[in-house]
Formats: sequence, structure tokens, C-alpha cells
Amino acid sequence: MKIAVCVKHVPEGASKIDPATKRIDRSREGALNHFDANAVEEALRLKGDGDTEVVVVSMGPEQAGDSLRKALAMGADRAVLVSDDAAAGSDLVATSKILAQALEREGAELVLFGQQASDADGAVLWAAVAERLRRPVISQAAELSLAGETVHVKRQTEFGYDVIEAPLPAVVSVSDAINEPRYPSLKGIMGAKKKPSETFTLADIGVAAGDAGEAGSKTEVLALGDPPARADSRKIEGDASAAQAIVDFLAEKRLV
Amino acid sequence: MSTLVFVEHHEGELQKGSLGVLAKAASLGGDVGAVLVGGGVKALAAETGAYGATKAHVLDDASLDPPLPQARVDAIAQVVRDGGYDTVLFANSVLAADIAAGLAARLDAGLNWDLVDIRTDFVGKRPALQDTVLVDVGWRSTPRLALFRAGSFDATPTGGSAPAVEDVSVDLEEHSRAAKIVGQELEQASGPSIEDAEIVIAGGRGLGAPENFTLAEELAKALGGAVGATRAVVDAGWYPYAAQIGQTGKTVSPKLYIALGISGAIQHKVGMQSSNTIVAINKDPNAPIFEFSDLGVVGDVHEIVPKLTELINARK
Ligand SMILES: Cc1cc2nc3c(=O)[nH]c(=O)nc-3n(C[C@H](O)[C@H](O)[C@H](O)COP(=O)(O)OP(=O)(O)OC[C@H]3O[C@@H](n4cnc5c(N)ncnc54)[C@H](O)[C@@H]3O)c2cc1C
Ligand SMILES: Nc1ncnc2c1ncn2[C@@H]1O[C@H](COP(=O)(O)O)[C@@H](O)[C@H]1O
Repeated sequence: MKIAVCVKHVPEGASKIDPATKRIDRSREGALNHFDANAVEEALRLKGDGDTEVVVVSMGPEQAGDSLRKALAMGADRAVLVSDDAAAGSDLVATSKILAQALEREGAELVLFGQQASDADGAVLWAAVAERLRRPVISQAAELSLAGETVHVKRQTEFGYDVIEAPLPAVVSVSDAINEPRYPSLKGIMGAKKKPSETFTLADIGVAAGDAGEAGSKTEVLALGDPPARADSRKIEGDASAAQAIVDFLAEKRLV
Repeated sequence: MSTLVFVEHHEGELQKGSLGVLAKAASLGGDVGAVLVGGGVKALAAETGAYGATKAHVLDDASLDPPLPQARVDAIAQVVRDGGYDTVLFANSVLAADIAAGLAARLDAGLNWDLVDIRTDFVGKRPALQDTVLVDVGWRSTPRLALFRAGSFDATPTGGSAPAVEDVSVDLEEHSRAAKIVGQELEQASGPSIEDAEIVIAGGRGLGAPENFTLAEELAKALGGAVGATRAVVDAGWYPYAAQIGQTGKTVSPKLYIALGISGAIQHKVGMQSSNTIVAINKDPNAPIFEFSDLGVVGDVHEIVPKLTELINARK
């Protein structure tokens, strides 16, 4: 069986928007979106000692190769990167088209997503990709298991928990509580360099440039402004002695 | 101009969030339609008129009652096409987000998410990057799709009369019928809720282990408050769902909210941001929770909280 995991390379630390392009500044150091480490971990758990192949798939700048290598170091078998200047600035419609096209080529029985991209916070991409692949989708999986040709998921909604099942092939996004992602071992890091890894342009996977990037996007950022400031916010650093500072603060606010 | 609003229901009740979005849609002008899918929705449709819907499209089918997105994408795509709607609005929820994104792909339509407002010229307001920037977003084509952050609009009746109800009939796609809900554990209301507490001490994954919730419980006892939790620890089984605060949990607005080892994700923030005073203890100086705390303490909960509890108890 084959499991594909969609992973995103995101700017490290707090993201900033570049005022000139109105896009997220991706020139800084990046890292594997930490929510996607849960999806990689879940794929590796399902693989166990079996002969399942775990393929990690990303769309992003060349540097996204670093995040794919981290996933390989964790234990994924193969990496696919779609990287093309014409893909920069893709919104949901364009990104889902590109990823779906890359996934179509893989034909994985299970496609996993993380809970959300920590820079865009959309928490929606899987549903758009599943629609393009014409496959069942289940989101927010807190528990996941496979039984034969069926995937079982427990997930939280506004009303409690649902247990959902769907026949494979299927698309599932996992919550950040589903597992504790492993750290890559030294051996894993060394081995990652030798694992197969391909980079495709849009033309390679058959996506027209007009369907990608800003040209293929249906939404736009018009302006940037400051959010309403929160008055009188204080930050202190400390050990146990900070406890006294908290009590003083609460006393000042008449909360104790 | 015509706007369609997906109106979500649960156990025979229209959801407040959807009705708020409906009222907002009515304030934008033009025709406003509501779309409802599930068992018995025809009986619920009349109520949408009071919030501004002049038309209600209903797919009343008990087999579609389980809250799964894909059949709803089929139904709404058809209503949008047949009704010529140029805007489709959703109040964010687990279900609505998956419908909206599926619909975006189906119709190749732009989706803006996490909006807190929309202007009559169709500029959406979106706090982004952990709410550190307020972005104006737009659409380049129609239909325009939007998901609104929980609690963006009050469900204030506009005083409209009952809408014209229209049945929707749709052939479902094969992939839209594939997923099934085979079990549900719905929350039963029981005892006093954290929603009524004046002081809430909430714990997150930074507590390190389920047994460390005693840190939160003892501090709550000292202050006379209730204990809350993040989804991460609820999903992991550390604490009960009834205590969860956030988008898929409770919304609280106590006088004092103390966050212990909580990163401050948007989905958590929407459930506690209207608290009067927010104190956060987190060992990561860059944790987003500090962006909306009145007092942020960079430090280890295991060192600070026992001492804090001791000092508060000593004051009594
Ligand atoms: C559709 C959807 C709905 C959601 N609904 C909700 C919801 O209702 N409620 C909710 O809470 N979340 C919700 N989430 C999840 C949310 O996005 C976050 O994943 C979650 O809130 C994170 O929980 P956390 O802060 O406990 O964990 P983490 O994000 O892992 O944060 C733990 C924090 O603890 C700090 N820490 C670690 N050790 C220590 C220590 N010793 N001392 C002090 N600090 C320490 C770390 O620095 C970190 O900031 C939802 C997500 C989605 C996609
Ligand atoms: N550029 C990308 N390449 C691959 N996967 C992505 C990309 N962007 C988002 N994802 C996946 O989609 C999930 C949800 O992202 P989002 O809807 O953007 O918050 C992430 O957790 C990833 O699994």
C-alpha cells in the first residue's frame, strides 16, 4: 500500500507579511510545518514494519526540500516537490489544483494532511484536494486506524465526537493530538540524503501556468492594516519568583 | 446581487453562528437565500426568514442528516448554479469549513477564511498571522465564498417574514456518499458549566502529562475557579471534552483567565478572548498567547504554578 503525506515548508517563528508583495515573507529560514509532523508520524505508525511506502509531497520554493528531508529523516521513503516560480502566491483554488495533480500521479490509497498550516491557518486544504481527486474526506482525526480497505477515524466537532469510516482510497487530515512525532535519529538524517527525491515543475505534472500562482488564484490581498491594540499588556520572565509578580498583578486588578 | 448562506442545524436547532451570518448577509442588500440539508430541515426553514432569508432551499433527507460535508457540496453547488448566487457565506465550523473548501474546488471559486467582517463592496476583513495583522481580502471572480470566524456577528432577528421554501433535488456524486458516521459521542449537558465561572484556569499540552492537571485544579481551588482545557489535551484524553475551550468547545468570558502551557492557537483564542483579564504562563517567549495576554509570564509552569497556589492560599 502507498500513503502520501502533504507537508508544507513554513517560515520559522512568527510569520510576517511582505508589504511590497502582500504575501507571507518566505525569504527567511523555514521549517517543516509542525502540524504536518503529526501526519508524517501517523503514516509511519501505519506503515510499522510493513512494506507500505510513505511518500511526502509538497508544493513550495526550493527550500521546501529541507522540510521534505526532515520527513525523510523521520522515516518517510520518498519525496516529491512541486516547485515553480509560477506557483508562488497560489490561493486555495490554485494550490489544491497543483497538489491534486501531483497526488493523482502517485495514486496513494491514503492521503494524509496536517491539522493546519501554521502560517496560513486555513485548515481547509484537504477538502478541496479530496474534491478534485473525487475521494471521500475525513478531517480532524484524533484517532485513525485501517481495517482492510476501510479507514476509521474518531474526530471532534462542536458537539462531541464522531466515529467515521470511509473506503480507501481516501483523504484524511489529522489533529495535533493524534500522536507525538518522533525526532529524526542521526542515522535517519544521514539516510535521508540517499532516499529518492524528485522535483517537478508545473509543466512536468501537467498544470498550466495560468491555473497556478496569482494567475490561477480567485482571492487576493488588498491591503494590510494593524489590528486593534490590546491596551496595557505586560510581559515578565522568571522562575518561581514570578509567582509573586503574578499575585501582585492579580491584587492590583482586585482579582485576589 | 444575491447571497446564499449555509445554515447549519443540530438536534432540531438552527445554529446561532449561521443565523448571525444570515443577518449580516441581509444587511449587505440584494436577495438572500438560506440552504439547509438534513432530516427534518423543511420544518426548520421558516425560522430563517426572521434573520433575513427570502428564500430557503431545503434538501430534506434523513439519510443526509449525519453532518458530513461532501453531499452538502453537491447540493450547494447545484443551488448556487440554479439560483445564480454570486456569494456564498458560511459560519465556521468543522462541517462548514470542509463544505466551503470542497465547494471552492468544485466551482473553482475563491474562498476567504477566518473573516470577522465583510463590507458591502465585498472586501473581507481578516485578522491573520495570529491576529498580528488585519488584512483586507477580496475576490477576483464569482461566486465568492467566505468562512466567518465564530462569534463574528450577533444573531439579531431582522424581522422578516417566512421565506419561500424550495426543495432541492440532487444526484449525489459517488465520492460524496462514501464516508459514513458509524458512531457518535455527543456531549450531554451536566452540572455547572465552565461558561458560568468567574475565574477559569485552563491547561494545555505544556502541562506535560495528564496527572499534571492537578496543578491547574489546585490553583483553581485556591482562586475559587473552574478548570478548562485545550483541544490538544482533550483529544489526547488528558481531560474531559466538557472542559474544552475554543472553536469546538465552550466560549467563556470570565473576569480572570489563566492559561497554563497553552500556545494560544486561533481556535483556542476564539473561545476565551473576551475574558476580562488574561494571564499566560508559557516557557516559549514567542508563544502567540502572549499577543493577547494582559500579563505574560515566560517560564515553566512546574516551577511557577505550585508557588503561585501556595502564595494565594497564604493570603487567605
Ligand atoms: C477545526 C479546529 C478546531 C479546533 N478547536 C479547538 C478548540 O475548541 N479549542 C482548542 O484549544 N483548540 C482547538 N483546535 C486546536 C488548536 O489549533 C491547537 O492545536 C490547540 O489549541 C493547541 O493546544 P495546546 O496549546 O494545549 O498545545 P500546544 O500548541 O502544543 O502548546 C503547548 C504550549 O505549552 C508550552 N509549554 C511546554 N512546556 C511548558 C512548560 N513546562 N511550562 C510552560 N509552558 C510550556 C509550549 O511552549 C507551547 O506553547 C482546533 C483546531 C482545528 C483545526
Ligand atoms: N504548499 C503545500 N504543500 C503541501 N501540503 C500543504 C501545502 N499547504 C498546506 N498543505 C497541507 O494542508 C494542510 C492544511 O493547510 P491549510 O489548509 O493551508 O491550513 C497542512 O497541514 C498540510 O498538510
